[in-house]
Formats: sequence, C-alpha cells, structure tokens
Amino acid sequence: MRVRRSIFRVINRRESWAGWSQVAPTLLFLVVFFIVPLAMMFGSSWMARGTYGGIEWRFTAEHYVRFADPLYLSILARTLAWSLGATLFCLLVGYPVAWTLANAGRWKNVLVFLVIVPLWTSYLVRTFAMIFLMRDSGLINTLLLKTGLIQEPLELLYTPGAVMAGLVYGFLPFMVLPIYTSLEKLDPTLLEAAEVLGARPAARFWKVIWPLSLPGVAAGSLLTFIPALGSYLTSDLLGGAKQMMIGNLVQNQFTTARNWPFGAAASFVVMSGVLVAVTLYLRMRDKAPGGGL
Amino acid sequence: MTTTRRLPAWIIAVTGMVYFFLHAPMLVLVIFSFNDSKFSTEWSGFTLHWYTRLLERDDILVALQRSLLVGGASTVISTVLGTLLAMGLARHRLTARTVLEGLVYVPVVTPEIVCGISLLLLFVAMGIPLGTGTIILAHVAFNISYVTVVVRARLEGMDQSLEEAAMILGADEWTTFWRVTVPQLWPGILSGALLAFTMSFDDFVITSLVSGPGTATLPIVVYGMVRKNIEPSINAISTIVLVVTTTLIYVSDRLTRSPKPS
Amino acid sequence: MSTPSFAVEFTRVRKTYGSRAAVKDISFSIRPGEFFSLLGPSGCGKSTTLRMIAGFEQPDEGGGEVRLNGKLVNHLRPYERDLGMVFQSYALFPHLTVARNIAFGLEQRGVPRAQIGDRVKKAMDLVQLDGTTFGDRLPPALSGGQRQRVALARALVVEPPILLLDEPLGALDLKLRKQMQQELKELNKRLGITFVYVTHDQEEALTMSDRIAVMADARIAQVGSPAEIYERPRTPFVARFIGESNFLEGDIVADAGGRLTVRHPAGTFTVPTPPGGVVGTRIHVALRPERLLLPDGDAAVEGDNSLPATISHVIYRGEMLHVRVAVAGGGELVVATRNEGQLRRPMAYKPGDAVRVWWHAEDVQVLEADPT
Repeated sequence: MRVRRSIFRVINRRESWAGWSQVAPTLLFLVVFFIVPLAMMFGSSWMARGTYGGIEWRFTAEHYVRFADPLYLSILARTLAWSLGATLFCLLVGYPVAWTLANAGRWKNVLVFLVIVPLWTSYLVRTFAMIFLMRDSGLINTLLLKTGLIQEPLELLYTPGAVMAGLVYGFLPFMVLPIYTSLEKLDPTLLEAAEVLGARPAARFWKVIWPLSLPGVAAGSLLTFIPALGSYLTSDLLGGAKQMMIGNLVQNQFTTARNWPFGAAASFVVMSGVLVAVTLYLRMRDKAPGGGL
Repeated sequence: MTTTRRLPAWIIAVTGMVYFFLHAPMLVLVIFSFNDSKFSTEWSGFTLHWYTRLLERDDILVALQRSLLVGGASTVISTVLGTLLAMGLARHRLTARTVLEGLVYVPVVTPEIVCGISLLLLFVAMGIPLGTGTIILAHVAFNISYVTVVVRARLEGMDQSLEEAAMILGADEWTTFWRVTVPQLWPGILSGALLAFTMSFDDFVITSLVSGPGTATLPIVVYGMVRKNIEPSINAISTIVLVVTTTLIYVSDRLTRSPKPS
Repeated sequence: MSTPSFAVEFTRVRKTYGSRAAVKDISFSIRPGEFFSLLGPSGCGKSTTLRMIAGFEQPDEGGGEVRLNGKLVNHLRPYERDLGMVFQSYALFPHLTVARNIAFGLEQRGVPRAQIGDRVKKAMDLVQLDGTTFGDRLPPALSGGQRQRVALARALVVEPPILLLDEPLGALDLKLRKQMQQELKELNKRLGITFVYVTHDQEEALTMSDRIAVMADARIAQVGSPAEIYERPRTPFVARFIGESNFLEGDIVADAGGRLTVRHPAGTFTVPTPPGGVVGTRIHVALRPERLLLPDGDAAVEGDNSLPATISHVIYRGEMLHVRVAVAGGGELVVATRNEGQLRRPMAYKPGDAVRVWWHAEDVQVLEADPT
C-alpha cells in the first residue's frame, strides 16, 4: 500500500505524467502492432522483389509504376466504381430506413436491434447465405425453375451484380445507423415551423431534414465506402477470379504470386483511397458545425 | 403526432423490403440447416443430422476451442488496454490528445486486408512464428479501438466528482477505481468486451493471414467448407454462429441501454 | 516549530492552464474554526482555488505554496490531506446506500467495524436525517435537500479539521437554501471546524461568513469581514459586486485637517485623507445608496457634504425607495431611503424636482484601481 501510494504521488506530480502513465501501455501496443507494421509495409513497397519471393534490399519504384498498366488500372477503376456505387445505393435505400427508425416510436428499440444484429454477425456466414441463395443450385434458382419462369439456372453468382449485392448486403447497416442517429436529433418543431410557413413535404425535406442529417450521411457514407474499398471476402466468394478488387490483388500477391513488395504497394494504394475519403469527411465535418460521429 | 411525423406508405414499403433483404438470406440459411437433404434446396423433412455431424468433425471442435481461447484472451487484454486508454483520455488533459484520438481510429478505418498483411510482415521480419499467439496479438490490435470508444462514451457520461469525492474521503487512485469507477462503468466495459469477443470470434481475413499452418480458428474452417461448397453442415454451423452472435449483441445492447442511477 | 496559526495558507499561488491563468498571484490565510468564503463571478478562480486546497489541482511549479495547518501540501494527494468536502452535485455514490456512503471515509481510515455504525448514526443526527428511515435508501431515491444532508454527513463523519464546500446550495429552492445557510453556520460554530465556502451569491456570503475573499479575474480583490467588504470596499469591482454602489470622481484640490477637498463638476466635497492622497491627482470614491440622504420637508439633514441634483425616477421597492437623481456634470446617483409608507405619507419628491443630496464624509470609500 505504501509503495502504491508513493507511486501515485510521483505519477501525479505533473498533470501530464498522470495522463501519460495511463495511456502509455495501450499506446505502446498500438504503435508496435499497428503503426510499425504499416510503416514496414510502406517501406517494403519501395523494395524489390527477392528471387525466391522475399524482399531484396534494393530501392525501386517499379511496383507503383506498375499500376499504370491497364490491367491494374482496371482493377483500381472497378474497385472504385463498385465502392462508390454500393455507397450510393446504400444511401438511397438506407435513408428511408433511417427515417423510419427515427420515427418508429415504441418499435424503435426492436427495429434498431434488428439492424445491429446483421452488423455484428460473421461476415463470412452472411456471405455464405448469399451464396446459398444465388448459386446455380441455390434457392433462387430452385424456386424459379420450379415455377417454370426459367428453363436453365441463371448465373447469379460470380457476376459483378453478385459482388455489388454482397457489398450492399454487408455494409447497409453502417449507412443506416449514423443517419438514424442524426435524424433522431432532429427537432420536430422545426418541421412544424416550416409547415406553418408554407413549405410542402419536398421542400421540408430538402430545406430542413436533409441539411440537418448531413453529418449522419457523411459518417454513414464514410463507414460504407471504406470497407467496400478494401473489401476482400465479397469479391473472393461472390465474384470469383474474374471480378477482382484491389483487396484480392493484395491477398494474391502475398500468397500465390509471392510478390510481397507489389502487394504492399497495392495495400498503400488502398490506404491512400481511405485517407482521401477520411480527409474529405473531416473537412466536411469541420465546415458544418454540430455533427459528425 | 403532427402530420410531418407520419410515415408515408412508400417509406414503410422500402423499409420493409430492406429488412427483408437484410434478414431473409440468414433465415433461409437457418431453415435449411434442418433440411433432410444433402444437395438440393428442396425441403425434404426436418432433421438435426447436420448438427450432430458437426460434433463428429474433430477439425471443427478443435477450431472452436481455439476460437474461444483466442476470443477470451484477446478480449481480456484488449478490454484492459482499451479501458486504460479511455480513462487516460477522458480524465486527464493531454497536449497530444488529438493525435491519440486519431490513433484510436486508425484501426477502425484500416481495411482488414491491409491490417493482416502488415502484421504478417511484422511477424516475419521479427522472426515470430505464426500461431495462436500471433492471432491473439492481431485481434487485440484491432479490438482496442472498439473497447476504447465504448468505454469512453460511458466515462464521459459519468460524474467526475464521484471519483474526487472518493479521493477526498481517503481512497487512493487504485481504490477509487475499483470501488467507485468500475461500479459505474461496468456496463460499458462489459459491452465493450462483448463487442471485442464477437469481432474476434467472427474474424476471418486477418486471422487467415497471421495464423500458422495447423492453427485454424472456426471462421477459417468455415471458409474452407464454403469454398468446397459441400454439405448443409455449413448451414448448421452458420446457424450456431448466428445464435451466439445475436445473444451476445442482445446482452451488450441491454447493458448499454440500462439506465444507471447517477 | 511554532504551532501553526492558520488552518489554510496560500502564499503567492499561481495556476495556469496552457496559456490561460486561472489563478494569478493570490495570498490569504484562513484561521482555524473560521467560516471563510471565496466569493466572485464565474471564471474568477474561486473553484480552482478550492480545488488546490483539496489537492485536485496543484499550483504551477514555482508558483507559490499551499499550507494546511502549517504543513506544505503542494504535492500531497487529496486522500493524504484529511479534509472534508461537499460537492456542488453532492457526488453521492449511487450504488451505495446512504449509510454506506457516509461510512465510506471511515472505512478508508480503517475504523473498526463496530464503531462505524455508531459514528454514522451520530453524523446523520448532526444533519437531522433519521437513521432508520434513510440509512438503507439509495441516493437516487432522495430529494435534493436530503442528498445535501447526506453529503454533509459523509464529509463530517471523519471529523476533518477543515471542510470545503463548493457552491453546495445552488440546486435548492429558496426556502430550503435559507434554512441550510442557517444550519451550516450553526454547524461551523458548534463543531469548531474551519469552513471554506465557495459561492457566487454575495448575499449568501454576507449572511454566513466570518470573512470573505472577493475574487475577480484570477486575483483576490479584497479580504475582510462582511462589514468590511460591504462598508469599506477597496476597488470598484468589490463596490459593484457586493450590493449596489454609487461612484463619484473628481480632482483633489486641497489637503487640510485630515480632509481632502475634491472638485466635482457639480460642486466640491470632502473625503477623509487616505494614505497617498496627492493634491492634483484624480480620486475615485464609492458611496452606498443608503448613506445618501434627502431632506425631508424642513427637517435638518445630517451630513457634511452635499451636491445639487435633479430627481429622475422614484422606484418603489417595498421596504425601500430608490430615488435616482441626475447630478450636474453628468452621472447619476441612487439614494435609498426607507419607505415610510407611501399611502400614508407619500414622499414629496417628483421627477424634475431640484434637490440637494447629503452624506457624511466618513461614509465615502476611497477606491483603488482594479488590478489588470
């Protein structure tokens, strides 16, 4: 006890020491097991590939240059397009859901819970659910064949559509919840005031609801876009070899292709995309007061 | 209830369809885990066969054990570290606060594939053999952020003068933490821990990259089964995972919702 | 080592947060058993000062000394200082019963289990809380006033030499507040414990305190008894913050017979010579409204100074009448006179009347400048 107290007395001599002593262990862990690895990866992306698949200590920019190749550019473009598309679709479809949640009254808790559950359920399991539905012998095809609407099974899986569906299915809750949080804070008297002043429903939405929900929209879009950008499982399981996204490229380089530096470079291309998105988000959030995560 | 609060029919319709889309696939999966038919998606009768099959598979049982071990260990470590960080940030003025807060969010925005790859690089470079230990370390790394955010939210809603009152009455920092802070904080800590456990239990991408040969966790085995696309045992195990997750989330949800007297 | 004569002693204490100085350079001493108030508007540094006594904040390095009963405590933790404290929010532990809340400090001091129950009961009697009814209740089930008493009992049960109170009555309604003010004052006298009380309510401070430290802008403007603070304010801030005040200023034209003669646009008046009053400089004085006198009919007015003025309003305030008069050369004075009953014997003055306002030279307070 005496030892303990003297430790506390020393730690608290300065305000900053007290704070740092609590923060330090975790900080150390995060630096060693997060920051350092990321730095190492960045470093190795500028190294040459070793003959047997390792890393050779020779500086080169070849891996980044390689991205100018149309093959890789198309992967980048595809990833970007699908991520943006999925985000947009989630926004269009998720916004009404968020509105319903915010206005649900006593159903609110149940409905919110029902949105949270898919969010935390294993993504692997959920993706398999989609496979179960979409594969040639899957439920959708079975039903369609049985009712005679089609003669042959539709190729639903291993298409761009399947990947997009998977992305939306996976990340929709991430879009809904922040928007719901924003809408919940909306003061109903604002809408009443607008109505009294003569605004029709459409005007009330665009002039009052939408601007005030923007922090949630921004947060939700960020939380959907980023995982989509770096997604790997979706395109792996639902897209097959033909629908490669950057995440698959990275994984590929670290396993079969054994070109670690190139994989690292690809990782950094993804990270740059993430950084750009986050910066845009932060900038938007700082401009509009009273919002954000 | 004013007119502006009423939900137009089309919004309810869209919401309904979205909920259907979100839950139908899983429900189908669950239903067909009881289907007495190996290949077809036609209903042939109710059976628990696929569940008992799971018990016969040693690889699944071993993987489950490992998942629980990894989950437990990484949850404990990340909860301790996350709570410490949350307390340091919430109760003290630090000049580097903004940097630290940013650091907490880095794991959240980093794509899993990037996390996994960079950790793999670290382990290889440091000569650390891949195995259960590396999996635990990786899980702790990404779980800390979630625990920190949840605990911090709860801390900031707590009256700081409670801790000061305890200290004036003679309790030092350690005693105050256990006798005053934790009783107020524990729903947040538990909620954060449950979240961490769930994320750890479900993780595939990162785990697959940092686990060595022969150290499979449950998601890795499931992935193998999905790839090979064989039998409805996958449905069975998916159902189990779903039930476990839903229960954990339900408990965590009730904890964060419980109005603590303060 | 001589026996310490002060319960609390601050010597040139400074506390800065980053670029902001919360406490600039304060020194004061509190006598044992005193009821001492720190009074000032929000942001003046009074709470920071109290927190430095408690140990939640420490003075800057090289920024002065805090002593409790003679002992230097700058770096002592709060739990090493043997103090009692009542918080603004009461800070009762919500997960513990009233009895366990009160027992907390005793448990920390290792008081034997057998004695705790007894001492808790005595503490509850002290604050007039019935032990059997309230002992097992949880804080959320109590009213504001009851929580207040529990907080007090909890602080006092350990018999600390000094009790700190951080605006403890703010959340109570007026009647309860007045009652608690009385009880606190009585406890202070009965127990002989030094009370250090923080408040922004000047009436509260005047009612309860033996001495008051008026703080503004991270400094102490004046320390003194309620009478000294009210009747002899030293700075314009103190004169304005406590009660109402009139202000006059003028040039010193003569110094004779212990009196300065001051020239004002409306006339001259005299002031008892303060130290350092130099002929040719400007002087600022304060005058309480109730010290100004208006002639009542033909009766002679007491007072040795007067200025001509014009009535602008008469404000009815029940017990008093406030008569606002405009003084030649700009400026306004407020005269507070007792209301003798406006229905029975209405006051003779109406707006626009010319009148002479009188006062005694001794009632004037010479002011120092407010520190920057």
